[in-house]
Amino acid sequence: MTDSTVTAPPPKRETKSLIYDPKARSIFFQVLTLVGVVVAVMWIAHNVSSNLARTNTASGYGFLNGRSGFDVGQSLIAYSSDSTYGRAILVGLLNTLLIAVTGIITATIVGFIIGIGRLSKNWLIAKLCMVYVEIFRNIPPLLVIFFWYSGVLAVLPQPRDAIQGPLSTFLSNRGLTFPYPIWGDGASVIPIAFVIAVIGAIGFAVWQKKRQMATGKQLPTGWISAAIIIGLPLLAFLAVGAPLTFDYPVEGRFNLSGGGTIRPEFVALYLALSLYTAAFIAEIIRAGIKGVGKGQTEAAAALGLQPNKTTQLVVVPQAFRIIIPPLTSQYLNLTKNSSLGVAIGFPELFSTGSTSLNQTGQAVEMISIMLAIYLTISILTSLFMNWFNAKMALVER
Amino acid sequence: MSDNTLSYVRADMLGAEPPPISNKSVAGWLQTNLLATPKDVVLTIIALAVLAFTLPGIINWLFIQASWVGSDRSVCATIAQGGIQPDGWKGACWAFVQDRFQQFIFGRYPIDERWRVILVGLMLIVLLVPLLIPKLPHKTINAVLLFVVFPIVAFVLLRGGDFVGLQRVDTPLWGGMMVTLILSFVGIAVSFPFGILLALGRRSNMPIVKMFCVIFIEVIRGVPLVMVLFMANVMLPLFLPVGWTIDNFLRAVVGVALFASAYMAEVIRGGLQAIPKGQAEGADSLGLSYWQKTRLIILPQAIKVVIPGIVNTFIGLFKDTSLVSIIGMFDLLNIIRLNFADTTWITPMTPLTGLVFAGFVFWIFCFGMSRYSAFMERHLDTGHKR
Amino acid sequence: MKKTLLSAAIGAAVLGISSAASAATLDDVKAKGFVQCGVNTGLAGFAQPDASGAWKGFDVDYCRAVAAAIFGDADKVKYTPTTAQSRFTALQSGEVDILARNTTWTISRDTALGFNFRYVNYYDGQGFMVPKSLNVKSALELSGAAVCVQSGTTTELNLADYFRTNNLQYNPVVFEKLEEVNAAYQAGRCDVYTTDQSGLYATRLALSNPDEHVILPEIISKEPLAPAVRQGDDKWLDVVTWVGYALVQAEEFGITSANVDEMKNSTNPDIKRFLGTEADTKIGTDLGLTNEWAYNVVKGVGNYGEVFERNIGQGSPLKIARGLNALWSKGGLQFAPPVR
Repeated sequence: MTDSTVTAPPPKRETKSLIYDPKARSIFFQVLTLVGVVVAVMWIAHNVSSNLARTNTASGYGFLNGRSGFDVGQSLIAYSSDSTYGRAILVGLLNTLLIAVTGIITATIVGFIIGIGRLSKNWLIAKLCMVYVEIFRNIPPLLVIFFWYSGVLAVLPQPRDAIQGPLSTFLSNRGLTFPYPIWGDGASVIPIAFVIAVIGAIGFAVWQKKRQMATGKQLPTGWISAAIIIGLPLLAFLAVGAPLTFDYPVEGRFNLSGGGTIRPEFVALYLALSLYTAAFIAEIIRAGIKGVGKGQTEAAAALGLQPNKTTQLVVVPQAFRIIIPPLTSQYLNLTKNSSLGVAIGFPELFSTGSTSLNQTGQAVEMISIMLAIYLTISILTSLFMNWFNAKMALVER
Repeated sequence: MSDNTLSYVRADMLGAEPPPISNKSVAGWLQTNLLATPKDVVLTIIALAVLAFTLPGIINWLFIQASWVGSDRSVCATIAQGGIQPDGWKGACWAFVQDRFQQFIFGRYPIDERWRVILVGLMLIVLLVPLLIPKLPHKTINAVLLFVVFPIVAFVLLRGGDFVGLQRVDTPLWGGMMVTLILSFVGIAVSFPFGILLALGRRSNMPIVKMFCVIFIEVIRGVPLVMVLFMANVMLPLFLPVGWTIDNFLRAVVGVALFASAYMAEVIRGGLQAIPKGQAEGADSLGLSYWQKTRLIILPQAIKVVIPGIVNTFIGLFKDTSLVSIIGMFDLLNIIRLNFADTTWITPMTPLTGLVFAGFVFWIFCFGMSRYSAFMERHLDTGHKR
Repeated sequence: MKKTLLSAAIGAAVLGISSAASAATLDDVKAKGFVQCGVNTGLAGFAQPDASGAWKGFDVDYCRAVAAAIFGDADKVKYTPTTAQSRFTALQSGEVDILARNTTWTISRDTALGFNFRYVNYYDGQGFMVPKSLNVKSALELSGAAVCVQSGTTTELNLADYFRTNNLQYNPVVFEKLEEVNAAYQAGRCDVYTTDQSGLYATRLALSNPDEHVILPEIISKEPLAPAVRQGDDKWLDVVTWVGYALVQAEEFGITSANVDEMKNSTNPDIKRFLGTEADTKIGTDLGLTNEWAYNVVKGVGNYGEVFERNIGQGSPLKIARGLNALWSKGGLQFAPPVR
């Protein structure tokens, strides 16, 4: 070693050695990375195939058409043990989306209220909201889920002592049972009417905006839109002769039978994820509102806008731009956290997926399907929110 | 000075005016902070009502009715349930926590060997605390000791084996708080450097390196941690040649660390983006190499900007360790839950007590971390406010 | 050179990586010096670490018996706790040599999953448990009930089939982990608990008031729990199978861990052949083991009856009766082919 250091000539500056060429270096490193990754992937692929071949494990996605043989507790579409594995996964996906959508809506509303509350000048309200945020932010979501689940089960009575609510609803530790609507003939008109009403409401809003731009006069858009969206389907419903009957829950030997049921697993997961995520959303909202310069509020006051109008027209639109990117990741987090439902037996995607995996033993195939679905959800959400974000950002001049 | 005789200058200072009434009296404080407007009055009343409705019950359950000592379920069960408490009794069963406390900390680690865990814990405290106090010197040595020497010593001590003359304790027996802390420590120690590398890679101008970093980060961030852990547990054996095995515990560590790295990378990328281009150009003009530039100029500034984000990622990682139950490991939360089914302590109050206790422990750690991050933020704030 | 060796050793120790070739599992096992055994993460009576961290249980003793047959030392076993999901890939990938994890032998696991089962170490069947207060006498009265069951098991499939064939309605409440199923039943989330009968007895014991629950008479499925090995390695399958039969045969001969040394002097040719004391015997060496293999098994863990009583029978909190698992000569199904 010492030999070489003594005899080595000092490097000449003019040496056009490739080692010192940044471009060559960059290409070298990239080729190295590429080769490394390709070799690793091939090695893994080889191992997987040889492992599976050695034990004669069947492979391929054909099993998705096979009879699943297991039942799931809650399904949005018709499902029985005669259905296929593919349908079981679909049931799981729909349940995941159900939790995601309901959770996101609730978390946003609660988070908004708490976030505004923390900025309240009322000391008590601000402190209460702070306590809420600090508690939920610092506890694992899984624990919150367990807490709600054991809480829900501990508080609610056995089905024989179910609490009877109005309109034949029953509350017990088997869930909230309610009369399930059964639509008769002609009911398909109603969703069509609903779609028409929504289009109409949007059209009305556009027209109203134009009118306001032209004349400066405002109409109560919100109320009129709501009237259209609710009124038109209602009219359609009455027009086809109110084709609606209810399947009332009746007391069976063990449980209430008939009717629809919201299961405690769903309630626990929904409450836990909504309230947990709400704490994070509250912080995002607070940061967003504080991020709007004080000068904006003052300028609005100088223009004579009322505090409510200032919030509505000046602060919130600007805060939105700060809020949307972190809000997106919270929405995604909530969607991904829905996979924790597996811990309390809520049949979401991960749960039905891993059950199918276990029944078929097709690990590679099942995991690739679940990965693909989660990635698709996440990419679609990101794309939508990026689009929305870009649209909001355009307002900036 | 005293011979100043100008008569129109007051010789003595004016006494301080009393503060405005609203700042001084309790009534004034109430006036401004609770009862400023009619709306505030209503809100205050609602808030008080909420407190009056919930607090007494909670305090009652937590402290007054709670059962503090005992060695089996009878102290936490009503007479009808086979215990000593009056019917309708509802209170926390702290006796359960006290009785099982050792297990919550050590899991199934053999009782006679638990001194090893305690020793490792003490070493962690001795090394960690000086590192966290900014005033103390020798940060580099301290960090090397904590992040390089300590993990090796800790591993050897905890697992043991014939070559160090300690009874071998395999990882399936590790559990409780110990697992939670080890997972978080390794996760933090690994995800931080790895996250920096990924973030640098994502901002690199080498397209292939950049592409791999983007794919890695986005794929990991796109799937739930449960899924990552599940893959590490179920798929990893298939990925390796026959006969190679990787310890279950290590799989969880890898899963958690990979997951945190991807999030860390995004946080650090945010910091990198916040550093003005002039800084990099200045470093280039001084003739610094890429790594010198990154290490000495860019990263110190970038990391400072994103300390809250980094700590939030750590907090997230700490909370996420609770998910290892999915792959059959018993961290704090799950060793507690395991005890719910134990006949010695089965009562209606046990689960709630256990969960509240677990929540409290997690809360202390996470809250501590977030307070420390706020402190560091103030400490490092050198006044370059824009 | 020394340095690289040392760093490699540290690397291997830190990563917990161990490596071995694959062709013949028996040779690999002999080379590495221990049996890698996949067990449950914790199921009372079958596989569970005790307070000092040692694994105990019915399945664990089976692994120990295999180790005793190969090495003459029942302690040369390493355990890999596996979840219901990870058990199959653990075996497929070669992470474990045997899967002794109360796994039901089914045709699809035998074929499509690429496993081999031959020796059934526990004959089980699925049953139902209900609270006495519900006044249920038969599973056929269970229409409309909420049923707690563990997901990803054969139990879940049998349940669906049973209710479907009998035209009964039910409401499945499904959990991934047995502890969660127990907790839910305890909390009254469901009316009925279903799992293998052995599990039902174990669970009932763990309830706060075992007397208030009854196990219904119907057994709705056959659940032969059998150790599994990978397909395509007949020699290893032979070893694993015959260790099981040796346990049963020992009980039939009345050989126990206490009297096995004494029995070595027996003049009964069957016993002599079994314990490897017969002159010029090749039974053990043909199996790839020593001729003392059966002696080592009995010496190491006892006979089938001892293992049963110690872990799940009268000597354990579970107190499961022998039932189907009695010897064939006593009306059970445990039957060992002749050692000849």
